Amino acid sequence: MGQVAGKSSVMMEIRTPKTHKAKRVLEKRAPKLVENGKKTLILHGTKTSATVSSVLMELYRLKKGGAIKYSRRNENIRPFESGGETSLEFFSLKTDCSIFVYGSHSKKRPDNLVLGRMYDHHVYDLIEVGIENFKSLLSFSYDKKIAPHEGSKPFICFTGEGFENVQELKQLKEVLTDLFRGEVVENLNLTGLDRAYICTAVSPAKVFLTHCAIKLKKSGTIVPRIELVEVGPSMDLVIRRNRFPNEGLRKEAMKSSKDKPKKKVKNVDQDDVLGKLGRVYIPEQEVGKIPLPDKSKGVKRERREGKVKKNKEEGSASKKLKESE
Amino acid sequence: MDMETDQIYQIDVGNLLAFNPNHRFSSAPSSREELVKECVTEGTKLVQAIADTLFNLPSTETNDGPLVQLPPPSTKLPREKHLPRPKPPTKWEEFALKKGIQKRKKDKIVYDETTDKFKRRHGYDRVNDDNDIPIIEAKASDEPGEDPFAKRLDDKKKRVGKQEKNRLENLKSAAKAGALPSHVQLAVTGLPISGTKAQPKKIGKEALGDVAGLAATSTASGGKFDKKLPGEKPPKKQGKHHKYLPVVPRYGWVDEEKEQTNKVLGKLLSKHSHEILNVGKAINMYNDKKEKKKSGRSDKLKAKKDITKKKPYANKAN
Repeated sequence: MGQVAGKSSVMMEIRTPKTHKAKRVLEKRAPKLVENGKKTLILHGTKTSATVSSVLMELYRLKKGGAIKYSRRNENIRPFESGGETSLEFFSLKTDCSIFVYGSHSKKRPDNLVLGRMYDHHVYDLIEVGIENFKSLLSFSYDKKIAPHEGSKPFICFTGEGFENVQELKQLKEVLTDLFRGEVVENLNLTGLDRAYICTAVSPAKVFLTHCAIKLKKSGTIVPRIELVEVGPSMDLVIRRNRFPNEGLRKEAMKSSKDKPKKKVKNVDQDDVLGKLGRVYIPEQEVGKIPLPDKSKGVKRERREGKVKKNKEEGSASKKLKESE
Repeated sequence: MDMETDQIYQIDVGNLLAFNPNHRFSSAPSSREELVKECVTEGTKLVQAIADTLFNLPSTETNDGPLVQLPPPSTKLPREKHLPRPKPPTKWEEFALKKGIQKRKKDKIVYDETTDKFKRRHGYDRVNDDNDIPIIEAKASDEPGEDPFAKRLDDKKKRVGKQEKNRLENLKSAAKAGALPSHVQLAVTGLPISGTKAQPKKIGKEALGDVAGLAATSTASGGKFDKKLPGEKPPKKQGKHHKYLPVVPRYGWVDEEKEQTNKVLGKLLSKHSHEILNVGKAINMYNDKKEKKKSGRSDKLKAKKDITKKKPYANKAN
C-alpha cells in the first residue's frame, strides 16, 4: 500500500498481508466472540533437573497438537518478578499461546513448575507448584491396546473438599481445567473417549495428579462400566507461590458474549391433517446477476456435438470391425 | 472413608469435568499404593457419573461411531483475548446515515448501450472503460492547449489519492478505538517533519560512526577545521546540513513547508504557549533593550557625558 501523509504529518503506511495464507493466520489469531482452544507454551529456565525435563516432555506429548515446546534455556524469565515477564509475553504473542508451563530447578525451589495464563498476551495469573514422587509414563506397564490416542478429549475429575475451600487449590483447579481441556467441541464421538485426568486434594497444600486410560466394559444398560488403568505420568503437586488475577482484569476476562438466540425454523408449519407443511419461495430472476456464459473453446456446442458424433462413428466403426471379424 | 458424605457431584458435561467436593481422607493412608488406589477408585466413580449422563444423550450414528451433541460447558473460564470491540463508523457511513442513503447492491453485469450487449462491470472488456474513449468533445470552458485525456488521468489520480487519505483516516480512528481489522497494520515509516514529535529510533552501527560528523555541524565552518582522531573516517556530508522542504507539494501529499510554519505559529499562539515561550523573560528582555536605547549608549562602565555642564576652567590666567 502506498504511503500517505495523515493529518498529523507522520508518514503512515497501511500494511496488509500479501498472501491468503498470511491473511488466514491473522484472522485466526484475532479476538473473536467464540474463541479457539488455548495453546500451551512449554519452556524451561536456566537449570532443570531430570524430573522437570521429563515432566515437561511428557506434558508436551499429552497435549500434542495444542502445545509448543521450546528447547532452549531461558535465563531472563522470572514469572513472579515484575520485569521477568516480558520475554514470556513476547513468546505468547509470537506463538499465540495463552497458557504457559515454565519448569526450573534450584536449591531453594527444587523441581519447580510455574503454570500461568495470559489475557491479551499479558500475564493474567500464576501458580507455582513443586513436583514430588514423579512417575514417568514409561514406567507404567499396561496393555498397549488401551493406550489413549493423541489429541482425544479427556475426562477431568477433581476430588476433595480442598478444591472448594482453599483459594489456591481453587485456582489450581481452574488452571488445570484450562490446561487439560483442549478444544471446546459440540459433537463428540463416544468411541474416542479414552483418557482421564484424576486430581485429588490429599491435603490443603498437596494435590495428587495422575493420567489414566479408560476401559469400557459391557454392562446391562446403554451406559458401559468404566474402568480406569493408570498409564502415567503421575506426580504430587505441592503448592508454593501463586498470584491471583487482578479483580478488574478477572471481571473483564470472564465477560462472555450473549448466548446465540435459538434459531426459529421459518417456513415450516405443522398441520394435523396434512402433516408437515413447507412454503417454497421462488426468487425473482435477476438478469444482471446471471454469470456470464463460459466461452472457452472446449465447451462450445459445436465442439461438444462434434465430439459426440466422432465417438458414435468410432463406436459404430469398431462395431463394424467386430462384426466383420 | 466416611459413608455419610453427600454423593452429589458437580458435573459439567460440556467440559467432561466432574468435581466431588465432599471427599476427605479420614485416616492417613498407610502407603503410597493405598493412596493411589483410593484416588483412582474415586476417579472411576466420577468418570462413571459423567458417562451416565453422556451415554444417555441423543446420539446419531456415523461411520466412526455414535456421535453425541454436547451441551455448552457450564464452568466459566477466563477468555484468552478481549471481546472484539465495535468499529467506529467511517466518514462515509456517518454521512450516509445522516442523509438516509441506502446501500444498493451493484449488478455484476450491466447493459452497454454503445454495443448492444451485456458486459461486466469490472474487469476485462468492461462497460465504460476509461481507456476506450476515442473522442472527447471540447467544451467552451476548455483551454486550447490542454490535453483532455491527460486531464482525465490526472483527475483519476487525484481521486485515488484522496480516497487513500480518507481510508487512512478511517483506519486511524478505528485503531484509536482499538478496533483495527485483524489483517491490517498501521506502520509509521519515514521521518516526521520538523516541528512534529520525533519518533525514537534505534541507533545503528553506521549512525554511531557518524556521530562525530553530526557534532561537526554545530561549528560555524561545518567541521572543516576540527581535529580528527587517528582512524576516524571523514564525515559523509561535509559542510552545513540544511533540509529544504519542497515548495511545490506532490500530488495528494500535504504541503510540508506550509505545515512547518503553521506548526510553529500554532504553538506560539496556542493556549499552552507560555510553556514554550517564557513571556516574563521576553518582557524583561524587551524592557531592558528599550531602556538601553532611551539612555543612549549608556554603559555603567562608561562615564556619562553632560554637554550642558562646562568643564572647570584650569590655567586660564597664565
